[in-house]
Amino acid sequence: MSAAGRGYGHPDDDHRSQHGRPDAGQSAAGRGHGHPDDDHRSQHGRPDAGQSAAGRGHGHPDDDHRSQHGRPDAGQSTSFCGLELAHPIINGSGTFDAIAARRAFGAELDAAFPFAAFVSKTITLRPRAGNPPPRLWEAPAGLINSIGLPNKGLERYIAEDLPELARLPVPLITNVMGASAAELVELVTACDEPSQIAAIELNVSCPNVQTGLDIGSDPRLLGEVVDAVRAHTVKPLIVKLTPNTDDVAGCAAAAEQAGADAVSLINTLRALALAPRADGGRSRRWLGAGTGGLSGPAIRAIALAQVAIVAEHVAIPVIGMGGVQNAGHARDLLDAGAKLVAVGTESFRNPAVGAEIAQGLCADRDSGQTDRAAYPSLRSN
Amino acid sequence: MSHASLRRRLLTVTANHGLGAYVVLRMADPDGPAPDAGQFTMLAAAEHWGGGEDERPYLARAFSVARFQDGETQYLLEDVGPASRRLCELGTGERVWALGPLGRGFTPPPAGRRALLVGGGIGIAPLLIWQDALRTPAANGAVQLDCRDASDDRPRPTVLLGFRDQERARSATLFADPQVAVDDGSVGHRGFVTELLEAELRRDPRAVVYACGPAAMLEAVRAICEREHVPAQLALEAGMACGFGACYGCAVPRRRGGYLRVCIDGPVIDAAELSHVEEYAGALE
Repeated sequence: MSAAGRGYGHPDDDHRSQHGRPDAGQSAAGRGHGHPDDDHRSQHGRPDAGQSAAGRGHGHPDDDHRSQHGRPDAGQSTSFCGLELAHPIINGSGTFDAIAARRAFGAELDAAFPFAAFVSKTITLRPRAGNPPPRLWEAPAGLINSIGLPNKGLERYIAEDLPELARLPVPLITNVMGASAAELVELVTACDEPSQIAAIELNVSCPNVQTGLDIGSDPRLLGEVVDAVRAHTVKPLIVKLTPNTDDVAGCAAAAEQAGADAVSLINTLRALALAPRADGGRSRRWLGAGTGGLSGPAIRAIALAQVAIVAEHVAIPVIGMGGVQNAGHARDLLDAGAKLVAVGTESFRNPAVGAEIAQGLCADRDSGQTDRAAYPSLRSN
Repeated sequence: MSHASLRRRLLTVTANHGLGAYVVLRMADPDGPAPDAGQFTMLAAAEHWGGGEDERPYLARAFSVARFQDGETQYLLEDVGPASRRLCELGTGERVWALGPLGRGFTPPPAGRRALLVGGGIGIAPLLIWQDALRTPAANGAVQLDCRDASDDRPRPTVLLGFRDQERARSATLFADPQVAVDDGSVGHRGFVTELLEAELRRDPRAVVYACGPAAMLEAVRAICEREHVPAQLALEAGMACGFGACYGCAVPRRRGGYLRVCIDGPVIDAAELSHVEEYAGALE
């Protein structure tokens, strides 16, 4: 493959978000979408969206998720945007293909499904083949990928995949990406109807067709896009934030103000892999599409920091992810303010790890290890 | 197709011995499903996986099952990077995480065609279990063969193996009656295994070719079989993070457009599905 053919800057390695919609005072009821998430603010124990970030920092550290899913008599069930989930562990979009896994693992996939909800790979309006290989590079304690969002397109997803995914024993969250607000509206509208889809997640890492900017990296654009699609679904709307920004909290706030029901983070960090240098030669880009996104344990500390700051700045639920390998890592994200935790790259190494983490959280709870009230909240630091 | 369990199995190394340039790793696998020939397993040492050269390896690695007998799985390894090095160094009693068997294996030749196995280098691994299966009555259960094809008059497979040097060629002793080609002529035919293949096809073209080896060898086999109108099943290698269709990393171009995932569409892929074979294994050595 020629170096020229590799180019750079494929859209799969992140998703930027943004800022700044002025409608912070809009109430959930005032949105008029009848979405089922009427309880997240009270669950989080945060007074309202108008409270300053500084004012939130002194809350009792135990005022959020533990009261919702952490008590022994309540089991592990978690309420998320009106969905009742068996436990707080889901998958990150693009890190688990339930239909392929059914081929690999047979009936056990459904009998022991490792996640409390299933998030689909990103679906686009038209089919995408994905990026030219090579698509993977193993980094220190991590993985750089440049997959390119291969998918069969909206029409065939609805016709072919939905019936298969409906057989899963958990709610389905469909992740969609469009290159413009109009494309996203079309995708979200199409996902609003089928009863098999419980919630919609927006991948906003796509370059805008007019501006060339990633939708998620431009606050004004992100606000416009979320605002535009919000009116087209009554289902919970999750905005997946990018870590490739200097103001992830501002991006989260923009999504919230535009009507998002939840935010999820972090996506992969933009990264470059260079092929081994031939004798006397220059390094060249290894990945077929040039750059990629870094995931795995290497990004865990970054994810923790970004989840913590976002949880300080929004009242809507946060799905935290990034390098989670075990129940302790999941616990850290929950302590940082996440409502759910998603597992991604670790599932590549161990497809059952989602269930193992959920069991680990349960064991921690039963042994009282989650009662960390004596410790300062991450959010107050 | 044999299904893997969603849960990894923790296996114990029963033996690890060198065979020329390669290592035969044997592990007790009493609970593992019998693999089909051509299927693979994701392996990772349970201890000291990571923290090696460049703080790697991190991901598990895909290895073709080379043999499965009496509750013991065998793999053929070559030290080419941090992951294979760690596995090559495992001692008896050490433990390994195994997820598998995964993927689609070989399918037997139809009546009237013989099996022609073509292996190159470490790629001989899946051909070993395939030779075992083809030489064993189907009732053995190691491979699901159609009853018709299990008849005693089915011809024995022909095995052609190619190696870079004499040290690697020592692994040919694992096979029954192989023809061997070595680049430097130190053993057997001097030259490429594809020359042996062309000679065999001239002698009798009623065959199905089963091949695994370096990309350049597979591409040559593919081109020869296309030219001679001989069906071929190629066991491909591609860097993969998961092995079960999740990561989409192991994509290879499909002849009619788009990509195949080596892990679930393969690793054994009908040569007619491919317009060429390229090298994509390098990142996860």
